[in-house]
Amino acid sequence: MSAAGPGVPATSRKDWASDQEVRWCPGCGDYSILAAVQTLLPELGVARERTVFVSGIGCAARFPYYMSTYGMHTIHGRAPAIATGLALSRPDLDVWVVTGDGDALSIGGNHLVHALRRNVNMTILLFNNQIYGLTKGQFSPTSELGKVTKSTPFGSLDRPFNPIALALGAEATFVARTHDMDRRHMMEVFRRAHDHKGAALVEVYQNCNVFNDGAFEQVTGRAAREEMLVPLEHGQPIRFGADLHKGVVLRADGRLEIVEVADVGESALLVHDERREDPGIAFLLAHLARGPFEPTPIGVFRAVERPDYGSLVDAQIDEVRRRKGDGDLAELLRSGTTWSVGEPAS
Amino acid sequence: MTSTVGRREGRDARSLPSVVIRFAGDSGDGMQVTGDRFTTESAILGNDFVTLPNFPAEIRAPAGTLAGVSAFQVHIADHDILTPGDAPSVLVAMNPAALRANVADMAPGGVVIVNSDAFDERSLAKAGYASNPLEDGTLSGHRVYEVPMTSLTLEACKPTGAKPRDAERSKNFFALGLLSWMYQRPLDSALEFVATRYATRPLVVEANSLALRAGWNFGETAELFESSYRVPPRELAPGTYTNVTGNTALAWGLIAAARLAGLPLFLGSYPITPASDVLHELAKQKHFGVRTFQAEDEIAGAGAALGAAFGGALGVTTTSGPGIDLKSETIGLAVSLELPLVVVDIQRGGPSTGLPTKTEQADLLHVMYGRHGEAPVPVVAASSPAHCFEAAIEAARIAIRYRTPVYLLSDGYLANGSEPWRLPELSELAPIDPAFATPPARAGDGEGTGEFEPYARDPETLARPWAPPGTSGLEHRLGGLERHDLTGDVSYDPANHEKMVRLRAERISRIASSIPEVEVDDPGTPGGGPSPLLVLGWGSTYGAITAAVRRVRARGLSVASAHLVHLNPFPPNLGEVLRRYGRVLVPENNLGHLARLVRAEFLVDAIPFGKVAGVPFRVGEIERAIVDQLGGAGSGEAGS
Repeated sequence: MSAAGPGVPATSRKDWASDQEVRWCPGCGDYSILAAVQTLLPELGVARERTVFVSGIGCAARFPYYMSTYGMHTIHGRAPAIATGLALSRPDLDVWVVTGDGDALSIGGNHLVHALRRNVNMTILLFNNQIYGLTKGQFSPTSELGKVTKSTPFGSLDRPFNPIALALGAEATFVARTHDMDRRHMMEVFRRAHDHKGAALVEVYQNCNVFNDGAFEQVTGRAAREEMLVPLEHGQPIRFGADLHKGVVLRADGRLEIVEVADVGESALLVHDERREDPGIAFLLAHLARGPFEPTPIGVFRAVERPDYGSLVDAQIDEVRRRKGDGDLAELLRSGTTWSVGEPAS
Repeated sequence: MTSTVGRREGRDARSLPSVVIRFAGDSGDGMQVTGDRFTTESAILGNDFVTLPNFPAEIRAPAGTLAGVSAFQVHIADHDILTPGDAPSVLVAMNPAALRANVADMAPGGVVIVNSDAFDERSLAKAGYASNPLEDGTLSGHRVYEVPMTSLTLEACKPTGAKPRDAERSKNFFALGLLSWMYQRPLDSALEFVATRYATRPLVVEANSLALRAGWNFGETAELFESSYRVPPRELAPGTYTNVTGNTALAWGLIAAARLAGLPLFLGSYPITPASDVLHELAKQKHFGVRTFQAEDEIAGAGAALGAAFGGALGVTTTSGPGIDLKSETIGLAVSLELPLVVVDIQRGGPSTGLPTKTEQADLLHVMYGRHGEAPVPVVAASSPAHCFEAAIEAARIAIRYRTPVYLLSDGYLANGSEPWRLPELSELAPIDPAFATPPARAGDGEGTGEFEPYARDPETLARPWAPPGTSGLEHRLGGLERHDLTGDVSYDPANHEKMVRLRAERISRIASSIPEVEVDDPGTPGGGPSPLLVLGWGSTYGAITAAVRRVRARGLSVASAHLVHLNPFPPNLGEVLRRYGRVLVPENNLGHLARLVRAEFLVDAIPFGKVAGVPFRVGEIERAIVDQLGGAGSGEAGS
């Protein structure tokens, strides 16, 4: 049940589900992400009518239809731009963007990086399945090099984007990763992203069981997780593995290295600092794994405070109003050179 | 030294009903400012005026070359005029390139005033003159006045101690001072402008003021000019007037529309010539609560405006042709979402990058049809710089009332051109009711379920409810997938799709019932019947067509004219009007867009008359075309 905010009626998970039949393929990772969001929302203390989900095009983009909130299913890649206009004109709303790897990083790459650099107040959930699903199986901008798909029968020649590194490069103020096999982790990361004032990007490793099944199995599979996922916790030494026997150290030459804790001692480990202004170490962490087949950090890479764009826009308007007074249209029309013509003498 | 400034003494001034003056110089010479100030001086004197700035796309093309010439033409008159004038009777040329680029446009027997200091061998060569046109008889058809403007300006500015290189920059104000003397425009407003504009640079204020006065005094005392001229004031309807460009009027119209609707104004835009000034103007008006968002690209500009519209704002995006290409997908989405959105297209020469600083009307078919699927969008076009104010309000009215994207067309000529504008009584502007949905929304037919139906339509307008987030009970999801009529849920049902396509088309066509009938100006034939020819126009050709029609009538011929503001849908009586005339001539700055539309819509044999030269029609060009259509008859040449 809910920990609703003042004046917000308590809700349960089903209150956030629309009456529409969910039409993702059976077994799709999107189901568990939807469940995580619908389970989390009653806990956030927000009102349904002040919550908007905006999406572009792709499998993930159907998300708004399954929510009982306000929603917009828009055009390919443009959700961050459309959500920007909504967030700027309605600072009272909770704006979520749901997108995929093709939508956010290929056709809509420009909008994503600009929403992040401006720090527009929105929560962006990027479902990364490393494939184009809705168009039935072409490689995506996060597919691994050499990926054999319908459009790359001899293997793709494109180096993939690392969404976390890209967001950090745009100096996003909140960057995190989670995966569709762990509802609790998703909910925690989504909660943090939602509570962050400004643009929050969450990469969600999401399995497409039809066109790219098992893409993350080596790191998110139940058996693999313990040794392959590297949880990032603020203020804690970065450790993972059974009994936390492994850790991450920052070498003098600027490289990160995975070590046996027993070999170096806990004090030698890198202590995670998500609030570090400089995104450099977060960027190194983003590259700790070359792909989801090596030990991969999950959790919050970066969470720094910076005024969100909409607040700055409003503050500027307030400031100009203070200085000039409320706009007067009649005065505006007379702001250039004016001259009067009197009634003709009769 | 100011005793003679602003006053005429000695030689008598000759009176003229009108004059067309073109200021031309290098793009760094300040010709736009000079022309603009001369216009303001004339406006204050009560003249009617129309201006035509013409400048290169390059910010600073190589100095002294033809490519770098910037010009400003102004037509001032003691009567109602409609165009910047076909041919200048006075040319002020600051260098040989300015002379060469413009002298061919002049009326025979005109006045050419040159800055003779600039006619050295190097500058002549840069302009492509093999010999000096001031000496070789090239200009024998004109009265030429050689004024050493550079050296006179340097001399005048000596007391300031400014470096010659800096002082030289004031020579455009010398030219303004001289022309102000010639046409008896008091210098007060120019001096005041200089003092305000350059307030932070006292040396520049001093130099420009000295140059202004020196120019005036030169005209007064040099025995060069036989007389000065007077263009008496025009009789105007009583009221307060201002001088406004199309882009400024359009920006103000958007603010007015938002006020009339009680909505916040949100502009999503990306810089592009010649539309950027609308963004600039609105960015200055934050105290009206205007949010201007300079987006990362054209697509995001339109997208953000649409997002703001979903949130309950008056969403506007401004651009020119290339930007329309990019925004088209978003506009198609707005068609599907049925949300209000104003899309402003300040047309310029195309295709592709085309002629960024020149005017054209060749986007009409693009905005009519440039979307995939059946995606009708209303189109409104402004016909003069001042009309941009009204047209912006009209575009917003249609967008809000009918929940639709609306194209508002202007063009490079209207954007930068200016005319006197009698300020409207704001209290007389009709309010616009956004009529937001309220819960519980109308229940489905007879069922009374109380469920909100985002696509249940107003029976009169077929508009759907506009329900911005924030109201409990109105939560709904919109999207680009086909919607179910009423519920708005995704629907792939064949019959539903056909119904929705037809509903969307019907909704747009019903707008016709809310727009005024097209007015026909037709004094008729001496026998009392309608004239044999109707001249039909739209957009910025209004002035040239109206002036041409007047001239043709002065020849004793009968011709009718009508001008369209609404291009989609057309005014309800247009078909009936067109069928009344044996012939319909459609002058447009394109190869026949409106002609094609009316042919298709009304099976009328409209005759296209196109000009795509990057400059507006000359009155004479349309006059000749009309006379040709009327069989070449006429009782001789008409006066201008």
